[in-house]
Amino acid sequence: MHGSHADYLRDVSGFLGGYFLAIALMNAVYAFTMWRVKSRPMAALVWTAVAVAMTGISAIAWGGSPPELAQPIKDYINWLTGPVIYSVGTTVALVVLFVFRKFFVNPVVAWIGLNLSLIFMGLSMTDSNFGAIVMKPDNVPIVGLVFLLGFFTWLATAKGVENDERIKRGLPPTEKLDDEKVLVWPDLVYTELICMLALTAFLLVWAICLQAPLEEPASSVKTPNPSKAPWYFLGLQEMLVYYDPWNAGVVLPSLIIFGLMAIPFIDFNKRGNGYYSIEERKFAYLTFQFGFLELWVTLIILGTFLRGPNWNIFGPFEYWDPHKVLALNNVDLSQIWWNDVMHQALPKAPPGASVLREVSYVLYREWLGIVLVLAYFLLLPPLMATTIFRTFFLKMGFMRYMIMANLLLFMLSLPIKMVLRWVFNLKYIIYIPEIFLNF
Amino acid sequence: MSLGEIIRESQVWKSIFRHPMPTDRRNRIVVMLTNFFLHLHPVSIKKQGIALSYTWCMGGVTFFLFLVETVTGVLLMFYYRPTLEWAYNDILALRDVLSLGILRELHRWGAHAMVITTWLHMYRVFLTGSYKPPREFNWVVGVILLLLTLLLSFTGYLLPWDQLAIWAITVGSNMARATPILGHEGPGQQLLTVGGIDMITNASDARFGLLGARFVGEETLNRFYILHCIAIPLVVALLLAIHFWRVRKDGGISGPL
Ligand code: HEM
Repeated sequence: MHGSHADYLRDVSGFLGGYFLAIALMNAVYAFTMWRVKSRPMAALVWTAVAVAMTGISAIAWGGSPPELAQPIKDYINWLTGPVIYSVGTTVALVVLFVFRKFFVNPVVAWIGLNLSLIFMGLSMTDSNFGAIVMKPDNVPIVGLVFLLGFFTWLATAKGVENDERIKRGLPPTEKLDDEKVLVWPDLVYTELICMLALTAFLLVWAICLQAPLEEPASSVKTPNPSKAPWYFLGLQEMLVYYDPWNAGVVLPSLIIFGLMAIPFIDFNKRGNGYYSIEERKFAYLTFQFGFLELWVTLIILGTFLRGPNWNIFGPFEYWDPHKVLALNNVDLSQIWWNDVMHQALPKAPPGASVLREVSYVLYREWLGIVLVLAYFLLLPPLMATTIFRTFFLKMGFMRYMIMANLLLFMLSLPIKMVLRWVFNLKYIIYIPEIFLNF
Repeated sequence: MSLGEIIRESQVWKSIFRHPMPTDRRNRIVVMLTNFFLHLHPVSIKKQGIALSYTWCMGGVTFFLFLVETVTGVLLMFYYRPTLEWAYNDILALRDVLSLGILRELHRWGAHAMVITTWLHMYRVFLTGSYKPPREFNWVVGVILLLLTLLLSFTGYLLPWDQLAIWAITVGSNMARATPILGHEGPGQQLLTVGGIDMITNASDARFGLLGARFVGEETLNRFYILHCIAIPLVVALLLAIHFWRVRKDGGISGPL
């Protein structure tokens, strides 16, 4: 084991040397702009020091012994990435980012954050388990996605916060300041040309450095473990843990597409059109961010990096052991009700009963779940219309309100089912395998 | 006369470009109006609408990636035959035999990038509230484009015909088996019976329609190949034309009133 770790380190030391050098360069450029553009010599000095330190680390890495994360830290992070802490933790992190957004949009804070996450990536790469998942060719784009999303979320938030403050002071959003018209040739045409050239160069470098994956020829008898859908569908595959395929694979994806299309017709708020803003459209903003960042992107990250053999969760520094066994003792709501509460066996139609009789037995068996689900989808919308969504309901009218309420409830059913699973080991609220209808 | 001038004075050049170089204001306007490719754009535009910090150029980047995929895709089609006998070997040869063999890399990484930039573009459009009137319809067109981009990527994933490919598609398409009513393991599939005979079986359900067979096999490869290379790109191209047209007709890039 030890020998192979040394081999692994030797393999990645060249890459890490270049990686830390790139971080050094990045900070050197930052220090330079601090000095020349912003005229802040003290800041320039600090970031120069960072650049020098990173150059040193780069040299050490190149020498064959890149700095590593201590084992206790890795163990701690592995522990953190269990499904409960991961999901709750990412949600809490997003809430913190949102609530303290005025602090996080500060460029220096963002720059420190970027440095820390890059350094963390670099240190983690010395772990062969981490390296194996992150450097899997098809996973590399997701690492890119994470950093790009981080950057653009920061940019949009910074502009939104600035605009919100301006609007509060009675000023127009910054976008309004650039109201004058310019000719498309040369202003836009040249920007596009430069974008195309830069992108072409980027793609060429990427294509030369990273070979496209090609595994063994297809074999319909050798099932890989884990079998994963393409990465952009891993959020859906993750939902399979909590829902049956008819829901996770068909109904919910259709609702996502339908819901996205419905956004412009649901959102009756006329403000916040054509400029970045958060305060002007808080409800739409928060709903979308929760759906996109938490329920879509973090589930993809979970499915890509943390789901291993047998669809078990593995920490980022944990070996993907196909023999890891987790006790699965999930129960259905009907079991809880009949066995634990009523202390009796599940009701079952006598053999040879008529279809009608059988159906009524099934309904009787599952009555609690059916009532709860019906109440959730049928009773909650009117209830919300008279309470928290009063003004929405009045402004939107019946149809639009009902569509929004049901889409929202479907979206929220995912976190609800997650929590029920973690807390009560609850698998299905309604369990009717006779007709494949499990919810 | 310099060579450049000779060329620019020639009848051939003038037959293509019907005006002098766009170096003054008048000709900079004329070029936008007379050039087929440029007339996608307006002649002048609000400074804010072309600010990189506003649009991130993400729609443009996505479109450019679509073009890259088209060009590299056509080149790949020269080398690739969608049959069980050849598919895998052709891909192998692309790597091992072809000199400068990064064609497949360009196509694959371009595809991943396009999925990501489509999401980022949607993210930008949402965060600037640009789906609000009068741009509701273009947002809807965009959502369909998003779906088609994912389907393009998904259908292409199968073509190398390696373990990665068929199992990803198997996992992805297994869902269709559970389509309510139309999948043979979907809720309510028992409803479609005629005279006691089940209409929805594993040889007639939604998954069969998608795969052309009961499991991912040669029929699936053929089906996905045609979807990937012809059907979906054509629809995307049409929708892109509508998308760009509507950006103009809805008043150009959004901005504060
Ligand atoms: C194949 C994918 C797509 C391509 C190539 C594409 C391309 C473009 C381009 C070039 C623009 C001009 C402004 C800009 O660059 O931001 C644009 C605008 C727009 N796109 Fe897309 N788009 C795509 C997908 C989408 C998606 C997924 C959505 C939303 C769900 C969307 C909604 C819009 C809207 C509403 C506008 C007008 C924005 C404004 O006026 O500010 N598009 N698109």
